[in-house]
Formats: sequence, structure tokens, C-alpha cells
Amino acid sequence: MRHTFIFVGLAGALCCVVNTSSANEWSGFAALEYRGFAHAPLYAEQHQSNYSALLQPEYRYRPENSKDTFTFIPFARLDQHDAERSHADIRELAWVNVHDDYEWRLGIRKVFWGVTESQHLVDIINQTDLVENFDAKSKLGQPMLNLALINTWGTLDLFVLPYFRERTFLGTASRLRSEPIVASDLAVYQAEQGRHHLDYAAHWSKSFGDFDLGLSHFMGNSREPRLLPGINGSGAPVLIPYYDLIHQTGVEFTAPTGSWLWKLEAIHRTGQATAYTASTAGVEYTYSALFGSSADLGVLFEYLYDDRGAAALSPFQDDVMLGVRLALNDTQSSDLLFTLIQDRHSTAHMFNLEANRRLGSNWKLTLQARAFAGIPSVDPLYSMRQDSYMELLLARYF
Amino acid sequence: MMMLATSLLALPLSSQAETSEEKGLAIAKEVERHDDGFGDFTANLEMILKNKQGDESRRTILIQTLEVKDDGDKSLSLFGEPADVKGTAMLTFSHKRDDDDQWMFLPALSRVKRIASGNKSGSFMGSEFAFEDIGSQEVEKYNYKYLRDEDLNSRPCFVIERYPVSPHSGYKRQVVWIDKAEYRVAKIDFYDRKDSLLKTLTMDGYEKYLQKYWRAGQMLMVNRQTEKTTLLKWTQFKFKHGLKDSDFTETSLKRAR
Repeated sequence: MRHTFIFVGLAGALCCVVNTSSANEWSGFAALEYRGFAHAPLYAEQHQSNYSALLQPEYRYRPENSKDTFTFIPFARLDQHDAERSHADIRELAWVNVHDDYEWRLGIRKVFWGVTESQHLVDIINQTDLVENFDAKSKLGQPMLNLALINTWGTLDLFVLPYFRERTFLGTASRLRSEPIVASDLAVYQAEQGRHHLDYAAHWSKSFGDFDLGLSHFMGNSREPRLLPGINGSGAPVLIPYYDLIHQTGVEFTAPTGSWLWKLEAIHRTGQATAYTASTAGVEYTYSALFGSSADLGVLFEYLYDDRGAAALSPFQDDVMLGVRLALNDTQSSDLLFTLIQDRHSTAHMFNLEANRRLGSNWKLTLQARAFAGIPSVDPLYSMRQDSYMELLLARYF
Repeated sequence: MMMLATSLLALPLSSQAETSEEKGLAIAKEVERHDDGFGDFTANLEMILKNKQGDESRRTILIQTLEVKDDGDKSLSLFGEPADVKGTAMLTFSHKRDDDDQWMFLPALSRVKRIASGNKSGSFMGSEFAFEDIGSQEVEKYNYKYLRDEDLNSRPCFVIERYPVSPHSGYKRQVVWIDKAEYRVAKIDFYDRKDSLLKTLTMDGYEKYLQKYWRAGQMLMVNRQTEKTTLLKWTQFKFKHGLKDSDFTETSLKRAR
């Protein structure tokens, strides 16, 4: 509800800007989502299928001959069954001031760091909007002040992050949730200031032609909470998010050689129980113009490692990802990505399929399917063992 | 992309003892020399894709290009239509001999992806243009051979053949018609690795900018094997904006919109 009020207020404020400007632009999309599940639910509150509606308009404003740009991207989802999944967020509401060798960026923004496909270890500025999708690619808008210094020695980004966003978690009615559920409202912080703790980050990156390198450091509230067993107000067992104060150092590396693209991401994190190191390393090979057609076929391999082993928060401690990416390069931009992640020490594996096709010039259909198999009872994915699903998303862009 | 428009202007026929290879190379070099010093430009590009049945699909792209001394050009392409790719942007550093460096910005994830450089023969945006067709056409990217003089649409032309140096190229050879009077590319036949005629590009609607630099207004690529076509319409060429290296970085790629 809080978000909704902020929303209306900001939309009102922006309308005034719209009327006085010439270089402004609205775009965005609206979409309908359907999910169907292959197996009967494990828990009584869950359902066999689910509908959801999404809206994400985008507004951009750039005064004529100005070094400034304004961006506003609100987002809202209305879900059939899960009140936790029905939510609104401001993905971006930011002012950017551009100069030749530095930029100021103030407001709510999204920043991505990383190079691999299977998981995004280094990426840490924005909180995951986990109710959106199991793949954790959706992010909540993060309030920040960011100074970027752009020079021959590379690009250095300095961040002050004044307000922490808590991770969103699915409610009892949703499939693909934990058991017991996570009680977001009982979140506990190591920091006395809680979500008002000032977090800092720095990121340096440079392209050396033959390879791209990025180094980063973050200090502050961990975006990833530990989930501790507890009970809620009515005495039911729940998982309570515990946000530690952490330090995380990260490295990203990519190098193209001919049709090969080599990728590496690694982090070292302290402050969340014992210090640990995790990494993803991989390679992608692309066959262009497959069999004389216009299609491209990519083959992906990644190795996922976490030195905490079974104590890791993530299910990927010693896993291998194999993938195939097919881009037809037709007028509808049809593409498909299929991946398999296999745990090297158990029978657990997970299949992912994502396919996209444009319909006409303004519609896009996305098919997503995910299947879990052989999940042992000690695996963090155990509560989702029945939740293999297929999702259809029909989006209208404007 | 820009260089297609300008790539070949030619040297007057001079010496007698030239081999056809030397003459072909001399023409290509002179062409490059004629376009030296354009500095930078921006332009709007509309792509109209048509299949055998006549179904049309449209893309719009804003192009910025910076001339780089002693290397290939830098360019930044920002996609406008179709709506689902709006805001997607591509940064290319082309090189004379090495593979080009290329990055793609995906706005939905705010993510910049490095693209494997071997992808020369891949289709650009589902069109009949491959990445290597729209990239900066540096002299060093081909070996040459002068073939003959020939009229094209009653304009006298040089006809030269060029052979891609890169093993990643999708072509065995290209036959290029160059307008003798203005030293502009008029037509290119592309032959695939099996030496079958794959595509024909014709360039029309040339206009001169800053009293020196010719740019085509229309480029029509016809795929002779699938009968698909792609028409590129160039408008609003603007030269000497004062674009700098700092306008062609990962940072500028992310905020190209």
C-alpha cells in the first residue's frame, strides 16, 4: 500500500513536467501471464494454475540541449492467488547528469554487474524481486547517489545507497515457495539502523580490447538474507530473514576469441556466518548462419562453485550448467534458450526453457518452462519438487 | 554501416604495368582516401524487411559514427522499433585486421553483453544484411582484383572483385561496381562459401555532404536464394557533431537512449 501512495504522488508530479517539455517519451508494456503446474500441489493453499497481469510504463524526459535526463519506470503486478505477488514498485525514478568524463546519477535505479548466464554472483546493488520469477532476474529499484568517473584508465562507479530494500518472498498460495514460508515482516537486521543503514559500493571496469575486466566491492546490508527458523505472531513456524552486514569483493571477466566467449565471475564475502568464495566460470560457442540458414546456434557450459558446500544459501555449490541458445534471426526475432543444471553430488537437476517470438510489430509471446527432478530432501529446492511448470506471457509493447 | 555508403571511390587509371590485383587494391585505397576526414556523423536508419510472400516488418535505428585514425570506425546503434527492442543498443569498434569488438546493451536487465567477435556472417536484426555487410569496410579486410570496366544504368563503372581475409566471413567473394564519375559503390554481388550468388546490394539516392562525402539514401539487399529483401532508408545525415571517444563507451552505450 505504501508503494501505491508514492506511485500516485510521483505520477502527479511528473505530469507537470510532461506539459512543459518537448523531448519526452512514453513507452513500456502490459502483459498477461499464465502458469500451469505439472503436478498436484504439496500444500493445501496452493493451486494447479495461476493468472497474473503486469504493467510497466516508462517515461523519459530530456530537455533540449541539456546534459540531463529524467527517467520514471513504475511497475505493478496483480496476481490471481498470492497477495504477496500482487505488488507495485518503482523500478526507476532517476536524474542523470552527463559530462565527458563524469556522470552524476541520483534517484531510484537499476545497476547490473555480471557476465554469466546460470547465476549472477557479482550483481549486488539491487535487491531481488523474488516473487516475480524463480530465476531472480527481476530487481527492485534501489535509491542511490552514483558518481561515475570515465577515463582512459577505465570507468569507476562510486555508490552511496541510503535505503535498503527487503527481498520479496512468495506467500502461502504460491507454488515455487519455501516451506515454511518466509515472514518478510519479521525481518531482522544486524545493523542497528536496519534498512536505513548507509551502504557503499565501488565498481571499476575497463575493456582491454581482447578482454573486459570488472572489479567491485560492496559493504552494507546483504541483499541475500539468511533464513532462520522461527514462529510468527500466531505461533506458526516461519522462516525469518536475517540481513547480515557484509563485505563482498567481486570480479567479472569476459574474453572473446573467434566464435568463443569465455566468462568468469567470482566473489569473496565476509560477515555472513563464515567467509566464503563462490564462482561461475564458463564458455559459450556460437555457430553463425547454421547450415546456411540465417539462424545462430550457441552452446553454453558453466561450472558453479561455492566453497561452503552444503552450508551454502544457494542450491548451486558444485553444479554444472549445459545450455543451447537458438536465434532464428527471422523477422519475428524468434529465439530459444534451453539449460540444464546438474548437481555433481546428488541426483538433483533442473531444466529451464525460455522461448520468445514477436507477433505483429507490437506483441511478444514468451514461453517459459522449468522442471525439477531428483531433488533430495536436504536440497534448498526440496519444497519445490512438485512445482515443475509452464508459463505463457503475452505482452503488448507501446 | 556508414562505410558501405562511402566505401569505394577510385583512383584514375594511371600506370600500364599494373597487375589486376594491384589495380583493384589501388582503387580500394583511393576510395578510402576520398572519405578520409569525415570526422563523425549521425543518421536515422529505417529497415524494411520483406519475405517472399510480401509480408513487411519495420525497424528503426539511430546511428552515430566516429572516424578513428589508423583503425576502423567506432559506431553506436540505438534501436527504436519494433517496440519490444526499443532502447536496445549496440557498440562496435571495428578494426582493420583483427575481429571487431562488439557489445550489446539489453535494457530489460540493464545488462551489457560482450558479443563473440566471430559472428560476422550472422544476420543483423533478422535482416538480409549480415554483421560484416554493415560493419566498417576497411581496405585491409579484403584482397582485391580489378575485373573490367562496365556501364551500369548507363553510368560507367569499374568492376572489381574482393575476397574477405577473415576466415569467419560468410563469403567467398564479392563483385563490386564503382561509379567512375563520382567513385561511389553502385552495386555488390555477394557469393557464398560455395561460390553461389547469395545476395545483391544496390545503392541509390546518393547525396553529397560537406561538399565531399557521398552517402546513399537507399540500399536494397535482395537475397537471390530466398527472395527475401531488406531496404535500408537513410535520412537526416548530420556530419561533424563533435562526437568524441567518450561518446562510444560502455557508459554511453547504457544511456544511449
